[in-house]
Amino acid sequence: MAKSPSIFNKLDWPLLMTFLILMLIGLITIYAAGYNPEHPKIYDLSQTYGKQLIWIGICLILGFIIINMSSKVFSIFAYAYYGIMLLLLVVVLFIAKEVNGAKAWIDLGFFRLQPSEFAKFTTCLALAYYISELETNLAYTKKLMMALGIIIIPFILILAQHDMGSALVFLSFAFLLNRFGMSDYIIFTGFFVIIISILSLLLSPVYLILSMIILVIIIAFFNRKSKDLDKYIIAGVAITSFVAVYSISIDLVMDKLDKHQKDRINVLVGKGGNDWNVRQSKIALGAGQFSGKGFLKGTQSKMNFLPAKETDFIFCTIGEEWGFLGCGLVISLYVFLMMRILYLSEKHSSKFSKVYGYAIVCVLMMHFIINIGMTIGLVPVIGIPLPALSYGGSSLLSFSVMIFAFIRMDSERWIYTD
Amino acid sequence: MQDIFPQRIKMIQGVTIFFAFLFLINLFYIQLIDTKYKIKAKDNAIKELIEYPSRGLIYDRNNKLIVHNTNQFEIMVTNAEVDANLDTNQLCKDLSITPDYFLESMKKARKASRYRPYVFLKYVDDSNYQRFQEHIFKYKGFFGQTRFVREYPYANGALLFGDVGEIDSSQIKEYADTYTYLSGDYIGKNGIEVYYEDLLRGQRGIRTVVVDALNRVKGSYANGESDKEPTAGKNLQASIDIDLQTLGEELLTNKRGSIIAIEPSSGEILALCNGPTYDPNLLTGGSRNKYYPKLLLNKNKPLYNRAIQGLYPPGSTFKAPSALVALQMGAINPNFAYYCPGYYPIGKKSLKCSHRHAPCRNIEEGLTQSCNPYFCQVFRGSIEVSNSKRFQKDYDRWYKNICRFGYRRKLGIDLKNEKRGNVPDTAYYNRIYKNQWRATTVISLGIGQGEILATPLQMANSYCVIANKGYYITPHVIKGIEANGKFKPNTAKKIKVNVPIDKLYFDRVTDGLEMVVQAGTARASKIEGIALCGKTGTAQNPHGEDHSIFVGFAPKVNPKIVIACIVENGGGGGGLAAPIVSLMAERYLKDSLPPASLNKYSSIKNRHLINFQIDE
Repeated sequence: MAKSPSIFNKLDWPLLMTFLILMLIGLITIYAAGYNPEHPKIYDLSQTYGKQLIWIGICLILGFIIINMSSKVFSIFAYAYYGIMLLLLVVVLFIAKEVNGAKAWIDLGFFRLQPSEFAKFTTCLALAYYISELETNLAYTKKLMMALGIIIIPFILILAQHDMGSALVFLSFAFLLNRFGMSDYIIFTGFFVIIISILSLLLSPVYLILSMIILVIIIAFFNRKSKDLDKYIIAGVAITSFVAVYSISIDLVMDKLDKHQKDRINVLVGKGGNDWNVRQSKIALGAGQFSGKGFLKGTQSKMNFLPAKETDFIFCTIGEEWGFLGCGLVISLYVFLMMRILYLSEKHSSKFSKVYGYAIVCVLMMHFIINIGMTIGLVPVIGIPLPALSYGGSSLLSFSVMIFAFIRMDSERWIYTD
Repeated sequence: MQDIFPQRIKMIQGVTIFFAFLFLINLFYIQLIDTKYKIKAKDNAIKELIEYPSRGLIYDRNNKLIVHNTNQFEIMVTNAEVDANLDTNQLCKDLSITPDYFLESMKKARKASRYRPYVFLKYVDDSNYQRFQEHIFKYKGFFGQTRFVREYPYANGALLFGDVGEIDSSQIKEYADTYTYLSGDYIGKNGIEVYYEDLLRGQRGIRTVVVDALNRVKGSYANGESDKEPTAGKNLQASIDIDLQTLGEELLTNKRGSIIAIEPSSGEILALCNGPTYDPNLLTGGSRNKYYPKLLLNKNKPLYNRAIQGLYPPGSTFKAPSALVALQMGAINPNFAYYCPGYYPIGKKSLKCSHRHAPCRNIEEGLTQSCNPYFCQVFRGSIEVSNSKRFQKDYDRWYKNICRFGYRRKLGIDLKNEKRGNVPDTAYYNRIYKNQWRATTVISLGIGQGEILATPLQMANSYCVIANKGYYITPHVIKGIEANGKFKPNTAKKIKVNVPIDKLYFDRVTDGLEMVVQAGTARASKIEGIALCGKTGTAQNPHGEDHSIFVGFAPKVNPKIVIACIVENGGGGGGLAAPIVSLMAERYLKDSLPPASLNKYSSIKNRHLINFQIDE
């Protein structure tokens, strides 16, 4: 029997390299953002960049181990990981200290563990396991409810930590459910609700309800000869009443929100408020112009104009120092990363790996959209890291494990012949 | 799993690519087309300005303002913002500094931090600051900041009020639990300023502002959301009568010593004077660094708070408390008579009486004559009450009783570094005499000599017990603490300590103390129309002239003031200390000195025992 080829020949190098390049860009950018002339060495452990370097080292070692292990460790124990993580999410509610309004971190002394970062990964595994074991698909309501349950439990626990950003990521699994059977209508309803939400923030509920009524009357008028007229009217009245209740309740919720949350939403829909972060972020990006000011030459992102310049607003530093070219490169790398995973998933014959690949793309996509979106001012300011780039051990570790696990699964494609 | 929707991959692909393009288009607009952001990026800068709180003011008991604040300025620099083409000549001219100072200070600033403001120049006065402000647009990276500096309009009470200076690292650590100080912050260093630091300090505020390219403040950052208003410190009312304080310090001119005056019914200190003293304004702002070392090294120790730290044998002033203890212990009765042969025999040696006088027929005459043999016998009686063999037990009782007057303990005054003094206990004598000691061995305690040491505060306090006929209140200098715009009594220091002795004995001893002034050792210090009661003392000093001591109170009925005075090397108690106390009492009780007393005042003021001056 021929000696089976080395594992390194079966890895998907384009995917692996993309991920490694993103990590490297992250390190360089953290160095630039936190650059301190008194500590010019990138391996200075008292600085954020030194710490990030250590984290990257840990991630690479971990990645090497994962790549040399069977992916069965992920599929067989999927529910166990999921259960442990739920437990940690409950524990964190009791023992975590509040940082920036969120109770999301367990202080381990040398490291602040953020269980919500790892919850994303374990939820991907649990979903992949559940869906791949189904005999039918998620078009069946009962099965769909179970899948939704797997998503909603961590979602609620993370919301309870006041960690809005991480909770939102779980909504992205809607795309996964849709791909594996959930009705298109649910997705479209979701879009509809989002559009109505934005409109009710912009307009008073009265206008919104009036225009809905007029819309229903016009539709009814043009279909007055149709034998389904009564159905149109019933549907119209139902949707209008939903919009009415929804938009009024949004108004009420807005009153209840904290000032900073209200500000962030108001800034986005152009109703003023405290838009300091977004303005500064745009100023930093704008300063970069086409090719950027150059490495370490940025000033806006360095002089503490921006909070979280090394974590959530790291994209600004890229924009300021490397300009439109740098931003374009980073965006392209992310798009390539996601497309590559989707492509490999679809090719994969193991159902588990296929669903898993899909799930991690959902997570990556949500991080990508929210983080870059908020830097540019298209999405409210929600604290969420940019995968592989932002400073922070939990996030980096979680994304590395996610990606390396997929790379390992992908390398096993030849085993499955069904 | 039935996989029947492979085409649905397009949904997630579509959304991802849609957003990627949306982002690229937006970035294209922000980075390449819209020039608005480019301009802003060049102009913006943000600064955190510290707003220092105004330190609490101090009033005297008659609501005269005795400690307040004035403004001084500091010039700050943020290194990274300094323009390479800075007009240094102009800046040096405006601030009246030398180019050398400029270079030196900039070097330090560069070392400290590139991005955080650093104190470039301290203690800038008004005119320099105005010039600087006029040209501020030329000095990118520099800005001014207001600091409060203490001012003492009466120029006295230096050690009482204390001083304020820049915090050092040990103090930052010491106060870490209560308040986060930053290096460069001012903090109380002595006296009331340090004891009431937590009340006087207030809370610093922070204002974050945006400045434009011309270094002008354009407005607050983030709508002032992160700003914090400074909270002013609390005002205090001292129990001091500032006019009495002034008189006391004048009387101590060019003398080493101390005067302390207490209102016995409340424990409120009316004056706490030390000699030699200095103008507390020397230790404010920039001059602190210049004068503090000079004061520290001066051979007359002007930084030594003799009133609460100076330890002196109380001498004959101790005879009154000692007599009271003997009376209460039953060692003598008030009519105890003793014939003074001019000395008191102690084995083969003897202790001399200060002068020849008629026999003392009762306690009043003993005090009036300040007869040493009389009080040696009284003391011996106290510690041999039951049996001369068991005198150690009696000594213990005597020791406990005498300490009730406030000796050998910190009285708890609201000033730091109070000394506790000493009254030896039996264990001490057993140790040094190896158990071989008797009443006669320690007989000099009876006349306030020997191992016994007390601060002027303790001497005054022990006479508060006599004035109050049986108790004292913890002496304190702060009477009221501001709360809701009014002064609330400082209840923390209103602690009453009882001294259980019969009122009859207090009456007899008080009669004796009155006689001291009427006909005894202090007869030169009578006050017209006021019955001053008190006792002279002469503390033997092996290094030179004796210390002159007087402790007394006035008037005899319902005393309003207890005063202790000690003048180092001032000779006998009747010579300097007694007239000083009589002037102080007269000033306080009559509100001014009558013309008849002015002669006495100026002759004491002009009596120079030392030559104290602070070199420039």
